[in-house]
Amino acid sequence: MSDKLYRVLLIVAAIIVPLVCGGILYALATDAYEAFNHFGFFEFLTSTDWNYTEGEEHYGALPFITGTLMTSLLALIFCIPFSLPVALFVGEYFKDTKVAAILSTVTDLLAGIPSIIFGLWGFYTLRPLVMALNISPQGSGVLTASLVLAIMIVPYAASLSAEFIKMVPNDLKEGAYSLGATRAEVIRRVVFPVAGSGIFSSYVLAIGRALGETMTVTMLIGNTNNIPQSITATGNSMASIIANQFGEAGDLRLSSLIAIGLILFLITAIINMIGKLMIKRARII
Amino acid sequence: MKNNTRKRLVENKLILWVVCIFSALTAVPLLLILGEVLMRGYDQLSWSFFTEPTPNAYKVMKAAAAGESIPGGIANGIIGTLIMLSMATILAIPIGILCGTYLAENSKNRFARIVSFMTDLLQGTPSVIIGIITYIWVVVPMKGYSAIAGSIALFILMLPLIIRSTEETLTILPVSLKEAGLALGGNRAQVMFRIQLPAAFGGIFTGILLAISRVVGETAPLMFTALGCSMIRWSINEPISAVPLLIWEFFNDPNLQDLVWGASLVLLIFVLTLNILSKYIAKKWKQ
Repeated sequence: MSDKLYRVLLIVAAIIVPLVCGGILYALATDAYEAFNHFGFFEFLTSTDWNYTEGEEHYGALPFITGTLMTSLLALIFCIPFSLPVALFVGEYFKDTKVAAILSTVTDLLAGIPSIIFGLWGFYTLRPLVMALNISPQGSGVLTASLVLAIMIVPYAASLSAEFIKMVPNDLKEGAYSLGATRAEVIRRVVFPVAGSGIFSSYVLAIGRALGETMTVTMLIGNTNNIPQSITATGNSMASIIANQFGEAGDLRLSSLIAIGLILFLITAIINMIGKLMIKRARII
Repeated sequence: MKNNTRKRLVENKLILWVVCIFSALTAVPLLLILGEVLMRGYDQLSWSFFTEPTPNAYKVMKAAAAGESIPGGIANGIIGTLIMLSMATILAIPIGILCGTYLAENSKNRFARIVSFMTDLLQGTPSVIIGIITYIWVVVPMKGYSAIAGSIALFILMLPLIIRSTEETLTILPVSLKEAGLALGGNRAQVMFRIQLPAAFGGIFTGILLAISRVVGETAPLMFTALGCSMIRWSINEPISAVPLLIWEFFNDPNLQDLVWGASLVLLIFVLTLNILSKYIAKKWKQ
């Protein structure tokens, strides 16, 4: 094969990725146009109505944006107390030992479980528990969904943070030890300040994962089209309303669902971009 | 002074314990999920579970009235999953490897940086959006749900994963390998296809296995593309079922709920085997 043909072949393959990305944005925007045009862009974003009775059709995205943000932020909060210790365990305390390798295998396997099985487990195990503890009468809701989401994002946050904790230079740590610092003090005064921005960016990417998670949330959030009034209330996320109604929707409702898809796509794209940029910065240091 | 030292040492120990305990707690959900799926799904696994399609409502009610266990299985889902997965993989492997090669060869060029950025973007895109897109691109023009649409959704999901693993593996290969090939008079294409890619095979293969295990459990994108079907089908231009789609169907249908754990167990075993296998190959290859 000549060099020229080789180069052309590579470029043709490489061009597919920008084509697909541009195509996604273009297709979502053109198909969402009807909804934005009918209701007005800001009206669509801020309306809380989701009414598909014929003749009174009115759609707004606010309940689902709220639902997505609530579940993802709560999931992040629940995830930190587990992912940070795992990151320290793998990246600092037991760095490069067999136990650490076992723990990372465990978190890798956890990350590999399909989201529909997480949803199933949450529905049959966690939901009855939430009911038994009298936290909410119906069991499903924002809280239940975020708990399972948290379990799902722990592996991502932990493995990325561990990578940054591992990169903290040894001479910095040794310097602190030689001044008489304990290990806990070294972690707080040396490891966290040095690896901090990297750890932070891993949580930004973890939230990016949680935002788009579909099946788990659909199975656990309760699927009501209102703004959740408390963390135990039911609601719907952007991904779950799409999963629930896309198959049966037509015309204006379909366009509104695609508009929600466009908003979700933009939010996750922005969050992921911020995370990736921060990671790049953190790697240089 | 002495008091302070003791406090610091106690704090030091305490934090170590907290780290260990919370790390151990992270393993609990994995064990709980594996345990529950295994215990509740094990009874359902039989030969007919793999060879028969999903039962219809009439058969289920007849069996329930007679007090028998639900007949039928998930053969339609297994076949659908295998068909769509193989079509997606066949598409994604050459394109993913070529694109990853481009990124590894031209890391400093501007277009490559755009492609690299877009690959990240695509990888972070929620799978449900890929479902919508494939619906718009394939289902609407073809005027119907089909296995083709499902495979294209899975292909888009796999593509960034294969690109990244190819790029990463190629960049960690020693430069001397490439230089030796060029010094022997090979052109860049020959050096890439005869030396670099074969040398990177282990890493790329691991990436492909991981990509398959990542997409085999995807449900949302298949709901709007493959739709599902209760018969065993081999044609690719009609609606087709998949194991995750069946799990979703069983979850929602009170008559079929007994089948949900068996189907989940099959899916879980497949995914975890691929995961462990890829880890094993990666380890072997690094040595």
